[in-house]
Amino acid sequence: MKKLVLFLVSFIVWLVLTWTLYYPSLLIGILISIIIGFWFADLFTQRPRHFFQIKRFLYFLYYIPIFLYYCTLANLDVAYRVLHPYLPIEPGIVKVKTTLKSEVARVALANSITLTPGTMSVALTDDGYIYVHCIKVYSKDLEEATRRIVSRFEPILREVFE
Amino acid sequence: MSETVVFIGKVIVLIGVFFDLLGAIGLVRLPDVYTRLQASTKCVTLGTCLILFGVFLMSGFPWKALLAIAFVALSGPTAAHAISHAAHKAGVKLWEKSVVDRYQEDEKKAKES
Repeated sequence: MKKLVLFLVSFIVWLVLTWTLYYPSLLIGILISIIIGFWFADLFTQRPRHFFQIKRFLYFLYYIPIFLYYCTLANLDVAYRVLHPYLPIEPGIVKVKTTLKSEVARVALANSITLTPGTMSVALTDDGYIYVHCIKVYSKDLEEATRRIVSRFEPILREVFE
Repeated sequence: MSETVVFIGKVIVLIGVFFDLLGAIGLVRLPDVYTRLQASTKCVTLGTCLILFGVFLMSGFPWKALLAIAFVALSGPTAAHAISHAAHKAGVKLWEKSVVDRYQEDEKKAKES
């Protein structure tokens, strides 16, 4: 099952990269995908069943525009702070807590935090805390910072990855 | 029709270059490793993605450009996380006007106990 999932993913990536239906090219792609599938199946995913649930893909599609909105906002925020003559920054590292359990979900959350306004994840701990570097610290409190930083992505990512 | 699409692609590439420029300015102006990483990661990731999307519109819809967008959007923040984590582990100080450093406090606590 794991091998099949990795085979499909790598073969789709091959198809998009080469973008041709030329017969030998397809053959090489299938061969390489099989080799990759046998070698790296244990590294790629722990719960292959999740790849066949349509609901997760739909939630992911719903996640993309929200993510793009915050990403654009983050860039305008950086633009404002960088171009301002007095550099209105007040940096610091705060601690937030996430309730997401699986590794993929936490990685996705940390990456989302990095690309959203004024925050960047510095370290993750095993018991669910993320240390976040803020370019302007609004709150040093754990709960308050969690509400500000984590809560806008957490519910959607839980639907997608858990 | 196709000329309009090419024009839109050019405009998007221009916006992407503008964001990349902002990232570079941030890299020069901001005071320490972490703030610089913030500015450069955010702006360069979105800027590069926009440039790739503009290329996607300009040169006849090569789908590998979209694949490249996915990889850039995945690897940019991961690299920033790795660099900032390594910097903190190696003892790089925050800017002197920084307000709080919970990570250092917790590491100190863990060492003492």
